[in-house]
Amino acid sequence: MQLDKDTLLRLYETMVTIRVFETRVKEEFAKGRIPGFVHLYAGEEAVATGIIAHLSEDDKITSTHRGHGHCIAKGCDVNGMMAEIFGKATGLCKGKGGSMHIADVSKGMLGANGIVGGGPPLACGAALTAKVLGNGQVCVCFFGDGAAQEGTFHESLNLAAIWKLPVIFIAENNGFAESTPASYHCAIENIGDRAASYGIPGASVDGMDVFAVYEAAQEAINRARRGQGPSLLECKTYRFNGHFEGDQQLYKTDALQQSMMERDPITNFRLVTTQQGLLTSEELDAIDVRVKESIEHAVAFADQSPYPALSEVDTDVYVTA
Amino acid sequence: MAVQMQTKTVTVAEAINEAIRLEMRRNPRVILMGEDVAGGATLEHLEEDEAWGGVLGVTKGLVQEFGRERVRDTPLSEAGYMGAAVGAAATGLVPIAELMFCSFIGSCMDSMLNQASKIRYMFGGKATIPMVIRTIIGGGFRAAAQHSMVLYPMFAQIPGLKVVAPSNPADAKGLLTAALRDGNPVFVCEHLAMYQLKGEMPEGEYVVPIGVAAVTRSGKDVTIVGASMTARYALAAAEELAKEGIDAEVIDLRTISPLDENTILQSVAKTGRLIVADEANPVCGLATHIAGVVASKGFSSLRAPVGLVTPPHSPVPFSPVLEDAYLPNAEKIIVAARQVCAR
Repeated sequence: MQLDKDTLLRLYETMVTIRVFETRVKEEFAKGRIPGFVHLYAGEEAVATGIIAHLSEDDKITSTHRGHGHCIAKGCDVNGMMAEIFGKATGLCKGKGGSMHIADVSKGMLGANGIVGGGPPLACGAALTAKVLGNGQVCVCFFGDGAAQEGTFHESLNLAAIWKLPVIFIAENNGFAESTPASYHCAIENIGDRAASYGIPGASVDGMDVFAVYEAAQEAINRARRGQGPSLLECKTYRFNGHFEGDQQLYKTDALQQSMMERDPITNFRLVTTQQGLLTSEELDAIDVRVKESIEHAVAFADQSPYPALSEVDTDVYVTA
Repeated sequence: MAVQMQTKTVTVAEAINEAIRLEMRRNPRVILMGEDVAGGATLEHLEEDEAWGGVLGVTKGLVQEFGRERVRDTPLSEAGYMGAAVGAAATGLVPIAELMFCSFIGSCMDSMLNQASKIRYMFGGKATIPMVIRTIIGGGFRAAAQHSMVLYPMFAQIPGLKVVAPSNPADAKGLLTAALRDGNPVFVCEHLAMYQLKGEMPEGEYVVPIGVAAVTRSGKDVTIVGASMTARYALAAAEELAKEGIDAEVIDLRTISPLDENTILQSVAKTGRLIVADEANPVCGLATHIAGVVASKGFSSLRAPVGLVTPPHSPVPFSPVLEDAYLPNAEKIIVAARQVCAR
């Protein structure tokens, strides 16, 4: 499909921002400067990017424990994100959520979720709101191959189908649920085929190819906006890092890692767009420089920000009168 | 109260129905969802009509007034639709999600434990989850172990949730209305035995504040705290105890969480003796919690050990003789009060 130049540049910038952000988080984590756990999205950039490119700020997304990529693609501030991951008061969630619960409801990002399968019902709810209020919004629900085995996945697809909710379910199949291969834990090969069980449209696409993702997502999102109900889109992808940082990744062979890194979505995007004369190396390099600067700034911002006051321990538990 | 309100005699079920109806009229973002809350969805002859109006008819008539966009029957998918209620609340609706029996929390615990209760906190106060979970609690109907629990201690234990348990029609209307305006996830626990019990209910808009217990009988010899059905048993017990010269002060908690500790402590400071009667199981339960609060914050008031009237640590039995032995009642409260007052 033919995309205009602005869109191409946006796609590249989003993917690069995610990659540089995650690389930097990996480095900071290795230095012991990030508390808790981080789950990195490097390698999967094409999925978040290709899908969220179709959404407005008012549209909603629900995310997973591997949520930094979704957050960036949805337009969340990288300074606030980095500060949140560092546990600082200037974080998007005032340091109360951290990496696994990173959120910005004002940008339609309904949160990373520490519970596998926690997102799909929430996404049905966000779509229900859009339907009842008639505001034309949609909700995109990201989840992994692991979550596709949780009961909530099945209940959510059925519920969305019977109520024709404007929700698009995205199965980010990166081949592993933690250390367990999808070839073992999933009874079927293509999660996209499960759509048929719920009477909704389904597809499986190459999640390493942002163009393939972009095109498939457009169809699904338009369907939802037209009131034709939910779809299931499986994006076959791969995470370059472990399930969490610190994971020894014994379940990956060198051959697998190498072959997947050769399919790096960013490298291949650059190749395709420059070879076809759609973009120049200079344009792409300029983006690389700008992104690197903004992420360096984000780390400095997080570093220099204060931790939350101790009195914040039990604030924001309830809405008070 | 300065203003004299018009009241009418209704059942608890009717009071709940009215609270929902009035609030759905007042606030177009309130929706109702649950299994068979209308019943008969998509059947031609029941297009804007219902088959059941709730398993016990509590939500009868609502689909006729508000239609099936706002009164939604759900599949048997607690994890799906309770989670959807949370997502809808986070994005602008005020859902009433019915969890048919409180034990069914087993099927959707994540939506309450890890999502509804925590989203606001984890997002640094930048999200709100205004929703009501209406659920049936309590035994006495030989419905046996899986349909007879009182699980509010479990809900109350989770920070971020609120829990109320009315004992009469007026409080049922007032607390449910307050819950729908509270802006937080609130469990409204409706006792199975109470739905057909009658009482005076104010007409029109009526709100009972969450977090405020009611002293339903003033007394000087012993404080009896109850909630839901035990608040009613406590009053019945107090009537009998008066004939024996024991003047009981009765507190109807109305809200389980946040607990009105002050009302309890002030009463025990006056009477020096405390009975807590509760239908929830005692281990890590409400009665034991209240005893702990008074022991740590009101110890100097106590002239006798706290008397606890609760079921045993067991599931609810089926056979009528066993279930009656299991449940608290007015007689057990009377026995406990005599013991506590004899010391």
